Amino acid sequence: MANSDTNDGFVVFDRVQKSYDGENLVVKDLNLSIGRGEFLTMLGPSGSGKTTCLMMLAGFETATHGDILLGGQPINNIPPHKRGIGMVFQNYALFPHMTVGENLSFPLEVRKIAKSDREAKVKRALDMVQMGSFINRRPAQLSGGQQQRIALARALVFEPELVLMDEPLGALDKQLREHMQFEITRLAHDLGITTVYVTHDQTEALTMSDRVAVFDDGRIQQLDPPDVLYEEPKNSFVAQFIGENNTLEGVVKEMRGDVCTVELDGGEIIDAKPVNVAEAGQRTKVSIRPERVEYNKERLQEGAHTLKAEVLEFIYMGDIFRTRLRVAGNEEFVIKTRNAPDQVKLQRGQQIEIGWLPGDCRALDA
Amino acid sequence: MSDATQNGPMLAADGRPLKASLRRALRRQKMRALMLIAPLLIFILITFIAPIADMLFRSVENNIVSDTLPRTVEALDDWEYASGETPGEPVFDAMFVDLFIAAERKEHTRLGSRLNYQETGISSLFRQTGRDVEDMAEVYEDQFDALNEIWRDGAFWAELMGDPDWFAEAQGAEDAGPRFRINDEMEDRLPRTAEAYRVFARFTQNEDEDNPASERPWPLVHAMLYADLTDGAAIDAYTGFGAEELTAAKEAVPGFEAPTYREAFLEVDEDWASVEMWGTIKAYSGEFTSGYFLNAVDRELTPHGIETLPSDQSVYLKLFWRTIWMSLTITFMTILLGYPVAYLLANLPMRKSSLLMILVLLPFWTSLLVRTSAWKVLLQQQGVINDILVWAGILSDSGRLVMINNQLGTIIAMTHILLPFMILPLYSVMATIPPSFVRASKSLGATNWTTFWRVYFPQSVPGIGAGSILVFILAIGYYITPALVGGTDGIFISNRIAYHISSSLNWGLAAALGSILLAAVLVLYWAYDRIVGIDNVKLG
Repeated sequence: MANSDTNDGFVVFDRVQKSYDGENLVVKDLNLSIGRGEFLTMLGPSGSGKTTCLMMLAGFETATHGDILLGGQPINNIPPHKRGIGMVFQNYALFPHMTVGENLSFPLEVRKIAKSDREAKVKRALDMVQMGSFINRRPAQLSGGQQQRIALARALVFEPELVLMDEPLGALDKQLREHMQFEITRLAHDLGITTVYVTHDQTEALTMSDRVAVFDDGRIQQLDPPDVLYEEPKNSFVAQFIGENNTLEGVVKEMRGDVCTVELDGGEIIDAKPVNVAEAGQRTKVSIRPERVEYNKERLQEGAHTLKAEVLEFIYMGDIFRTRLRVAGNEEFVIKTRNAPDQVKLQRGQQIEIGWLPGDCRALDA
Repeated sequence: MSDATQNGPMLAADGRPLKASLRRALRRQKMRALMLIAPLLIFILITFIAPIADMLFRSVENNIVSDTLPRTVEALDDWEYASGETPGEPVFDAMFVDLFIAAERKEHTRLGSRLNYQETGISSLFRQTGRDVEDMAEVYEDQFDALNEIWRDGAFWAELMGDPDWFAEAQGAEDAGPRFRINDEMEDRLPRTAEAYRVFARFTQNEDEDNPASERPWPLVHAMLYADLTDGAAIDAYTGFGAEELTAAKEAVPGFEAPTYREAFLEVDEDWASVEMWGTIKAYSGEFTSGYFLNAVDRELTPHGIETLPSDQSVYLKLFWRTIWMSLTITFMTILLGYPVAYLLANLPMRKSSLLMILVLLPFWTSLLVRTSAWKVLLQQQGVINDILVWAGILSDSGRLVMINNQLGTIIAMTHILLPFMILPLYSVMATIPPSFVRASKSLGATNWTTFWRVYFPQSVPGIGAGSILVFILAIGYYITPALVGGTDGIFISNRIAYHISSSLNWGLAAALGSILLAAVLVLYWAYDRIVGIDNVKLG
């Protein structure tokens, strides 16, 4: 598993900017280095610039400013068909007038590979995605999941070192999507291919990637492995965007090294870990993950601040209980508890006290 | 489920077969759908299917000869063209009767024109003889007159030939009077006279709206009476009304001056002796004829079989061929010019493509005549293009290009006029080709050309197919533009069809030409379906 430690800068975005209309920047000063063999996901809401970055890498859009390097070579002026980058599209883009075999053979034919080699490679690529028996079908005769596999095989058949995927699983149903997530990561790691994956689905990003680049407003907000991204979001956008998150607004009262005291808007005082707050008096959004909130007093750490809460809604979800609370004036405060034998089932209207470890409570920008 | 285990047809909840229930349930929907399309269906039936059926029928229909000359056609059965001899007396006798009746009805000129398509001269022959048959018959009328004045009395004839009951009613009746009924006894004794009188009586009632009881009969009736009497009509035993006069007439007729009709006809015109002329009548005596179709492919049905017209008279095959190849050329030109425009339309940003679309549609808002005339202004020898070329020194003043009133003019003008019919289906197909196909192809390593030729172009073929069918079928039947800018060698078969419809009035030939054109289009359509597949045609 490659990560930032072994990053050899196989793909580099160097101060890349992109504007379509000459007035607004869609991508603002993008710096990104992707290592060989890495699975990097560009995650972000629509309009955040992630797809534009992918298209610039593929060569379908030109960077307004800055360089994109592939294997150390600037590729800004290389046309897309000479970049040798495999690509999987959102709607698969399988050529409807060709059979599956012809679709796979196409990139090999344009590379003038001998017929016998072509057949062997096509067969190997199809076997790789377990679609060997579909070689003579037309794309229209395949289901969405099957088309997805063929698109994947086609992007891999000419053995590119870099594969780009533009929301490839968006059109599949949940179960198939989860299965394909696994298949794609397995293939990428088995073949050692560098993969740049674009999605707006944060679960997909977390489960598949070595590193995730969270895009918003044309900038990378945070670039980290999934666990870091989830547990240590660097700003409130990332905290909100990745996973479920409870936010309490307030003002920093005091900074004490790696702990700060925050006075919430309702007057309650809590401890939090300062992440990007610098000084007392600053407004902050305090972020707590739902599963890190504790209401069983015995499990609470000594000295932790507790808050009063009223149960508004209790939802039984099988493996977990999801409870919506009113905490410090916030009615969307959610906690998740594991469905264990000794777990208490809360009742609507019940008054409880909740608390958490100060380290799980992060004071972020307002 | 219990339904799955039972045998026989599946039953609905009320025990009736499921299929019947389903049909009942769908019937209302079907009826409503039918009601909705009924106005269009009726409109199409009346304005499209019926005229086509009529055209197909007209192209083979030929009952004018057998309707106008029924007796002659029957008499000609015994005559063979191959004998090389003019037909005998019975044929001329029959022709006399037919022509007399036709002349009274003024149908002989129409028949003459019809037969004139096949054999020139027949028209004037019929017209001339039609004027003279009256005289031929009057010979007999005058002689009967001289014998007894009563033979010119309409009432006498009516009482003699008419059914007694009818005559009683008809006498003094207003206008046409009751419908004429023949006296059965007279029909037995004087068959030809009775027939001639009946034709006269009916004609008088229906056409002139006069009462036959007071009208003097046609001289034809006298001529027929003469024929019956000389043939030994059985009137000896007749004792009814006019028996006396008839007996007297029978005694007198052997002394009548009576040239044969053959002599009389030949006296009017020598051409009545022409074997060719009689052969033509016999060849076209059937209810249906292949003659129009043969004409339409430069053949002719003559008495001695099917003959190819000499090359200086054969125009239609050449015209068909020219129509087809010029239509193909025009179709090809529209593809060549329309494809890039359609591509731009489908791929430009919205605002620019809307503007371009308006430019494409602009010709539709201009009259076809104006556009065609504009090409005249542009292309003629003293026209804009030639002037510019001469001014620029590319051409000398004497070497001005001939670009109009020939095939080039037709091709240029029609390509321009039909271009939108190619662009629009092409555009609507191209608009559905997602740009990701092109991107996918490039990402797979294909150059721009390979991407176009192997990925984009195959997917635009349905548009080319739809546009080509549209343009070709429109072109093959085009009429106004070739007529205006085609000169003599740039006209299409449709111009010829129009000529036969409005000028020569040979509707049968026009129908045959039209039918062949229709068949040609259907054959091409079928061939297209076999080669490209009609499923591959998309209009959007």
